[in-house]
Amino acid sequence: MDIYLPIAEMAVNFFVILGMGALVGFFSGLFGVGGGFLMTPLLLLIGVPSPVAVASQANQIVASSVSGVLAHWRRGNVDFKMGLVLLVGGLVGSSLGVWLFTLLRGLGHIDLVIRLSFVVFLGIVGLLMFLESVKALLKRRTRASQPRLRRAWIDRMPLKMRFRRSRLYISALLPAGIGFLVGVLTAIMGVGGGFIMVPAMIYVLGMPTSVVIGTSLFQIIFVSANVTVLLAVTNQTVDLLLALLLLMGGVVGAQFGVRVGAYLNGDQLRGLLAVMVLGVAAKLSYDLIATPVDLYALGETLSP
Amino acid sequence: MIVLRRLCCLVILLAIVAVPRSTAAELVAALSNHLVAITTGFTGTEVLLFGTTGGSGDVVVVIRGPEEPHVVRRKGRRLGIWLNEKEMRFESVPAFYSVAASSPLNEFLPDRVAARHQIGVENIRLMPAPDTASDDINDFRAALIRNKQKINLYPTKTAAVTFLGGRLFRTDMYIPANAPVGNYTVGVYLVRDEDVVSAEITPLIVSKVGFEARLSDFAKRFSFAYGILAILIATVAGWLANLVFRRG
Repeated sequence: MDIYLPIAEMAVNFFVILGMGALVGFFSGLFGVGGGFLMTPLLLLIGVPSPVAVASQANQIVASSVSGVLAHWRRGNVDFKMGLVLLVGGLVGSSLGVWLFTLLRGLGHIDLVIRLSFVVFLGIVGLLMFLESVKALLKRRTRASQPRLRRAWIDRMPLKMRFRRSRLYISALLPAGIGFLVGVLTAIMGVGGGFIMVPAMIYVLGMPTSVVIGTSLFQIIFVSANVTVLLAVTNQTVDLLLALLLLMGGVVGAQFGVRVGAYLNGDQLRGLLAVMVLGVAAKLSYDLIATPVDLYALGETLSP
Repeated sequence: MIVLRRLCCLVILLAIVAVPRSTAAELVAALSNHLVAITTGFTGTEVLLFGTTGGSGDVVVVIRGPEEPHVVRRKGRRLGIWLNEKEMRFESVPAFYSVAASSPLNEFLPDRVAARHQIGVENIRLMPAPDTASDDINDFRAALIRNKQKINLYPTKTAAVTFLGGRLFRTDMYIPANAPVGNYTVGVYLVRDEDVVSAEITPLIVSKVGFEARLSDFAKRFSFAYGILAILIATVAGWLANLVFRRG
């Protein structure tokens, strides 16, 4: 069954789009990531122009994160206070990131440097996580362990706040700072950043893995809603019909992701997340290194 | 719409003026439909073109989509990494281009005539913007055409124009689902003794109608409200899914 998309100006198969939405929604509910890094290449593969793909999928991410957050909330796994603090940092960071991006663009190949350091950074984070969780899993699962990274200077920072759900009493500057840095990175890289945010919350803040996923999804709702409106206004490339098809699959997929996640313990989840982060790093580096099939490509022609 | 129609009339007039040898009796062609209406179920369509010739000869039909600017980028390798190295901008490129003919083109149409009338992809006039032009323009031109062919906007196959009896001809022109909206022109050429003896250009409009048209109009005119609406729909959908799953 084919449906014509009014903004993308092409026909797509109803069930293919539904399936893609469900797949990405599943990962979103399971890991607390938005899934844009998966959805964009899938949409490009079926021929959706990239401005439309990015904008419409941002809208779909709003839906699957809402669906995922509500499901996690039922299980008591969302730390709203932490989410808000992260969000404040994130909004400031992404605004600065957008500004920084335009500035750096003028300096030539700086965004290549950013891309490369991003790949290296993701690779290291993924590898460390992977090793850590394998070690924990090999230790004959004596209940799900929680990695704690305690440093004296972290405890001495001002503006201490109690985060009941996360069972933490730490400086609010820490989560706000992480939100800020991820915000800058995501604006420059053009990705949602869930897969940086989640490891940072586990390893830097020391939040329990179960709470991390719901809380990450909570702040992703606002980040992707912001992106949707911004792109709708500046590019007018949000295809409501495409987003609708994607989110129909996405909201259901997210619910299943949350359910499957409930059967896994913290170590298993972190291990799987590590594999995913490594996968993203591998994909990004492949894009940089692999010889393209055609050296020439058509740029996007935005209709006037 | 009125402005568009006037423009089309002007195009037709110009076409008639441009080929002074054409006489009304030599070539008459018409479309079954001047509007390709894009609705939610649109998956491409065929438009019938039919006509008669005043005598012997071959018929070539050229469909050109609206002229749009295109950018072609070339990747280059630096320090082992592929990045966009160079770009060339073409200000006016037919968004769609396809050819139909009653015999293989090379059998009756000399290259210089084909070039003059821009028949065949290799003869489309593609001029780069002066500030991006350089010596390797032919590589960029070829790449532009190749990439258009890959997404089926420049079909590689020459479609058939069939003669029914001696004078009457017809062809089914295929407009694919990814064809850009806008004003198309359908050029019909009668070729006799290795030259175009008559030509006629007819407009064809590809346009979204109904829901599709209203939605994309809304997205353009009230973009902020559209963005907010998109978020609202997403939020409600996420909430509904949660509701359904809690019961189930």
